[in-house]
Amino acid sequence: MRVGLFIPCYIDAIYPEAGIATLELLERFGVEVVYPLNQTCCGQPMANEGDQQHSAAAEQLFVDNFREFDYIVGPAGSCVKHVKLHLDAIPQSPDVLHVRERTYELVEFLHDILKAEAFPWAYFRYKVGLHNSCSSIRGLGIALPSETMGTPFNKTARLLQMVEGLELVPIDRPDECCGFGGTFCVTDEAVSASMGIDKVHDYMRHDAEFVVSPDMSCLMHQQGIARKAGIHLKFLHVAQVLNGGPF
Amino acid sequence: MGDEKRVDVAAHAAAFLAQDDVHEPMHDKNLWSARMKRDAAARAVPEWETLRQLASQIKEHTLTHLYNYLLEFESNATKRGAKIYWARDAAEHNQHVWDILREKNISSIIKSKSMLQEECGMTAFLENRGITVTESDLGERIQQLDDQPPSHIVMPAIHKTPEDVAQLFARTIGTDPRNTDPHYLTEAMRNDARRRFLEAGAGMTGANFAIAETGSFVVCTNEGNADIGASVPPVHIASIGIEKLLPKVKDLGIFIRLLSRSALGTLATQYTSHFSGPRKGGELHIILTDNGRSKRLGMPDFWTSLKCIRCGACMNTCPVYRRSGGLAYGATYSGPIGIILDPTFDESKYSELPYHSSLCGSCTEVCPVKINISDQIMQWRKVMAAKKHLPVSRRLAFGAAGKIFEHPQLFRSAETMASGAIRFTPDFLLYNRVLNPWGRHRELPHFAGQTFREWYLQYRAKNNEHGEQRP
Repeated sequence: MRVGLFIPCYIDAIYPEAGIATLELLERFGVEVVYPLNQTCCGQPMANEGDQQHSAAAEQLFVDNFREFDYIVGPAGSCVKHVKLHLDAIPQSPDVLHVRERTYELVEFLHDILKAEAFPWAYFRYKVGLHNSCSSIRGLGIALPSETMGTPFNKTARLLQMVEGLELVPIDRPDECCGFGGTFCVTDEAVSASMGIDKVHDYMRHDAEFVVSPDMSCLMHQQGIARKAGIHLKFLHVAQVLNGGPF
Repeated sequence: MGDEKRVDVAAHAAAFLAQDDVHEPMHDKNLWSARMKRDAAARAVPEWETLRQLASQIKEHTLTHLYNYLLEFESNATKRGAKIYWARDAAEHNQHVWDILREKNISSIIKSKSMLQEECGMTAFLENRGITVTESDLGERIQQLDDQPPSHIVMPAIHKTPEDVAQLFARTIGTDPRNTDPHYLTEAMRNDARRRFLEAGAGMTGANFAIAETGSFVVCTNEGNADIGASVPPVHIASIGIEKLLPKVKDLGIFIRLLSRSALGTLATQYTSHFSGPRKGGELHIILTDNGRSKRLGMPDFWTSLKCIRCGACMNTCPVYRRSGGLAYGATYSGPIGIILDPTFDESKYSELPYHSSLCGSCTEVCPVKINISDQIMQWRKVMAAKKHLPVSRRLAFGAAGKIFEHPQLFRSAETMASGAIRFTPDFLLYNRVLNPWGRHRELPHFAGQTFREWYLQYRAKNNEHGEQRP
């Protein structure tokens, strides 16, 4: 199985350890991982603004970089959601459709394709608040949305519960948006910040020591909010926990 | 806010948040509590998701056969003795109302809440012609006395605290400004409004559902105020949007089960009143109103917004709405449903609304008739961008980003610049200083000493087993 590793731009520059953990984790499962060196961005920032014209080139480049792989895996729910559900600024050629169908968010890939049942190398003796991003929940379906009636499931929680020592703490509004929302966090700064601080307080009320998420972009926002408010809460990508580092 | 050329919803929301430490937390808490009650009510119905699916299908069927159902409704309602009027737009709607009132020399009316009449600006129209209009719904009456539009479809004054209401009633109906007891305030309003109810020459209602098969319509309220409007004055005028049609009486059960559970988490509204023709000795006038609905029906990406049954569940669940207050949207409809409806009335004025969303998608999941609200918000952004309704700074910023992401070499140098020379600025992510309020609320992220890409090249050079790749 050849997997193209999709590392979104902000992980590349700000959170390389999340990318490193993803690569190491996939290799532990015996997957052949290749990181195409010419990748930049999937086009989401422009597309979310409604700017199809400017997202088209990024989307085409994404497809060119990844069309040769069996699977494309990215440690970022919102970017993967864009590829799977909204990569439509360019004509839907067979290559485009292949890439869209075969792109997976890391948790989904571990849970559904690799069918991971244990992470014996990982150890994490902390109380963890889980942030399954909106894109991951309502876009990709890695957990049953709280709005939907049915048998609850939560793939991220299921994987994290396999990690020795880790204790998941429930929070009051588990899938309430944290207010990142890409460009929303700067164009609508007051509302975004208010949502962010409410989210951070929710973790604090439940004594979480770490916040863990499959979406580092949400955590970048939450972490910034927490630090500014002088709140000592730590934030990690789920790959780092499942891989046992790097921290 | 409604008078702006382009509604700056983000600025209004910021003002709502900044006013004090009371209003926004209360608003958020009350609406979230409605959402939680909705969850509990929905959970108690094992076939909930099936009901949503059926409701969606019935609405889509009706909307795609609307012409026939409207004629069927007209014919059956006429047989029952109602008088039917057709209105293409707000002006025609208001004119019909005015004509009916003038013909009968009516100078005072009471009305129950109707979003359609809000759309039409009916109250102002009638007041300009000397008609006294009294809202009979408590929340709507509060808003009317404060000269504000409703801020929520179901809970029009939900952005106000009891203290706000006490101040307002002290000013307008002479209550004790220090007494914020809801019972006291409600009783005072009841005594003030009662005589208006009894003196009114006509009662106006909207309709939640209109049944083609029977020519009857249904109004749901919790205060019974529509019933007093329809029962006391001799003339009943109902404004019905053409999308309110349902084919058969048996369809109604599905919608009644969904409506109040979705809105407030209650099993049904206190009053679910069926009106079938005029009551003995009375008159019933029904104004079937388009006001942009048939235009919307012709929009491939947006026509399903006509399925909306005005429950407000999307507003209750929306984390952005809860922190903004409904008045921030400067439009008849606020919250997620407002974002997708308002631009059909005025694309330029409401061009910022689709950006007042984190696209979290909760609205879509909670909607009892399965409108893909979040996708439509995204789709409206595409319309706004393509038609250049966006502020120039915003367009240039993302145009530049698009260029950088198009070319790997440009991207690398932008990345290097960001992580080197201007190491701690987030411009790397935003590409524009105009869009740079990140740091007012958040510490800036630290750029790593080594990018993932740099690490990867070293890592692969060390363990060469997967073959070479050249950049």
